[in-house]
Amino acid sequence: MLLNIKNLHVAINGKEILKGFNLQVNKGEIHAIMGPNGTGKSTLAAAITGREGYEITEGEIIYKGQVINDWTPDKRANEGVFLSFQYPVEIPGVSMTNFMRTALNAKRQYQGLPQMKAGEFLKLMEQKKKLVEITAKLTNRSVNEGFSGGEKKKNEIFQMAMLEPTLAILDETDSGLDIDALKVVAKGVNELKSDENAFVVITHYQRLLDYIVPDFVHVMYGGRIVKSGGKGLALELEEQGYEWVKEQFGEE
Amino acid sequence: MKSKNKIITPLEKELLKVAEAKVLSLEKKSGSDFEELHKALKVFKEKGLPDKNLEKWRNTDLFEWYQKPFSPVAEKEKFTKEVDDIFQCTVQGFDSNVVSILNGHYYSPERTTLQSFKNGLIIGSLAKAKTQYPQYFKKYYNKIAPVDTNEITAVNTLFAEDGVFIYVPDGVEVELPVQLIKLVNKRGLMLNTHNLIVLGKNSSFTFLHCDDSINHDDSFINTLTEVHLGENASLDLYKLQNINDETVLLNSSFFSMERNSRLKVNVLTFNGGSIRNELHVNLNGEGAEADLSGLYLMDKKQHIDNQVYVNHNAPHCNSNEVFKGILDEEASAVFNGYIFVERDAQKTNAFQRNNNILMTSTAKVNTMPFLEIYADDVQCSHGATVGQLDNEAMFYLMQRGIPFEDARMLLMFAFAAEITDDIKIETLKTNIDDMVKKRLRGELSICDRCVLHCTTPDKPIEFEIDLSKI
Repeated sequence: MLLNIKNLHVAINGKEILKGFNLQVNKGEIHAIMGPNGTGKSTLAAAITGREGYEITEGEIIYKGQVINDWTPDKRANEGVFLSFQYPVEIPGVSMTNFMRTALNAKRQYQGLPQMKAGEFLKLMEQKKKLVEITAKLTNRSVNEGFSGGEKKKNEIFQMAMLEPTLAILDETDSGLDIDALKVVAKGVNELKSDENAFVVITHYQRLLDYIVPDFVHVMYGGRIVKSGGKGLALELEEQGYEWVKEQFGEE
Repeated sequence: MKSKNKIITPLEKELLKVAEAKVLSLEKKSGSDFEELHKALKVFKEKGLPDKNLEKWRNTDLFEWYQKPFSPVAEKEKFTKEVDDIFQCTVQGFDSNVVSILNGHYYSPERTTLQSFKNGLIIGSLAKAKTQYPQYFKKYYNKIAPVDTNEITAVNTLFAEDGVFIYVPDGVEVELPVQLIKLVNKRGLMLNTHNLIVLGKNSSFTFLHCDDSINHDDSFINTLTEVHLGENASLDLYKLQNINDETVLLNSSFFSMERNSRLKVNVLTFNGGSIRNELHVNLNGEGAEADLSGLYLMDKKQHIDNQVYVNHNAPHCNSNEVFKGILDEEASAVFNGYIFVERDAQKTNAFQRNNNILMTSTAKVNTMPFLEIYADDVQCSHGATVGQLDNEAMFYLMQRGIPFEDARMLLMFAFAAEITDDIKIETLKTNIDDMVKKRLRGELSICDRCVLHCTTPDKPIEFEIDLSKI
């Protein structure tokens, strides 16, 4: 099992957001996590990636057989955990190339591999840019600075392609995307998908799942999963909305 | 001594003693030099050295430094060895005309003390130029910065005997930058030097002013630079400061700018006990333009004070100030930006910005904009920020696998890059970038090398190659 989250409780500033969350993900699988706003979907992503301020009060995140509760974000990343941010951060003054090269070489150093040569790196960048149809020259641009909403999300998938994660979490990657950009992003994901990696797709709407077809759909509510099923569940949710969830599991 | 009943510090006592003896010995001679000296002594007797009771010195307290009776008199060293032998400062790939000042005196072989070139360019010792080219002194010396401007100019006048003189004739565009290396190799000295730079009409010039230490001895440096930019003249001035923690550096530059002249100043402060840079820019002719920027990276108990005075005395002038700093440990910084717009200086554009990153809760910044505007058709703005590194950005970088220290470094470097990216000489920029990285990594020292000499770092520096340049 690639990821096994057991009875996870996470609090921010003492307020409990995740309340006994459980999830098992195997290699080769795509899991969709759906649910109304404020149920802890983004908190889940933050907890898995080790963001500061998200305190695990109970439970375990087991990744590749190891409890990673105390791992730093960079260690998790270098072990193959990737988060496509809902709101990618703009970093003025850091060029995309410098950023990616530093990240890639950090991973290689972690793995005990030599630094990648400049020429090789540039070639890899060009190749991966094509995957998400980025035509602009990224080299002279600061990370996400002045990128449109769509460009930012494509850029996330581009970075994912560069770093080749084992576990990729896509946090609301579809938000703010028009249908064309959505297709590009989905195509990127589908091409990166293999038997050796897994995806957790956090989304509010079913739309993205038309293009990234999940093996499992989980409905999250009140800080935990309240219902799981196949891809049909997403369609059901699309038709019925989330009202029934609230009715069945109570208003928070 | 002082009008207000203040303590006279050991340094003030020492300075007064030497100054009075000097004036006395010159009494029998006459001439304008003596008059200026007399005026300076009068100011010094009235005001003494600046202290924190003065509004403009409120946040820079040198009282502790005044406890040492630094000697304002230094022997002129005979030229026995090349500057390179004392101090290496040949930048790889960076071509410049190097001049040097050692212990306050122009340091060169006799035959090159004052050089005049075919195109009319003059470079050399101020002391010697004073007698050889009195016409320029009559017109500009002590005129751009009058002796009684403030405490510092008065003290400088009392003791400065030498400095650098540069004259660029009308229409001459000097391609090779001149690099001034100012050194001290004796302890306990107060060094006053006075530089004069005159740029004729339609001329252009690039000047690097480096203050370095070659050991850990204490010293008190007080430099005054007067610069005149003729009509349509252009000056690029870089100040590099990498002195030891036992040194005080007061660096005052006064600029008078005629019509359509262009000034660019870049002050890069890497190290020093206490440093105060004063830039006094007078935009006297229509269409003059001043672009002033600075970067300071301080730690330990170091102190940096940047005082920028921009006087818009004529219409249609532009000024832009951007000063940025990173302060670690218990370092402190001051930024005071004064913009003054004269009644008739319509269509003025004056902008000012100061951004600071505090790495610790003990680091401190005092930043104050001050705008005095008497014209009604102007565009002026100012802004200041004091903050920490962006946590969101830190997490973003770390989520991509970049370890904490490297992520921190990357963000600090990016913050500084806004200033260093502005350096026009490519090789100099590369050198400065390396210095910034070393400084931020805590690896830069005032080793016995020029700050510009760090092209071959002992350790490989990451983020070294900006592939955007490929």
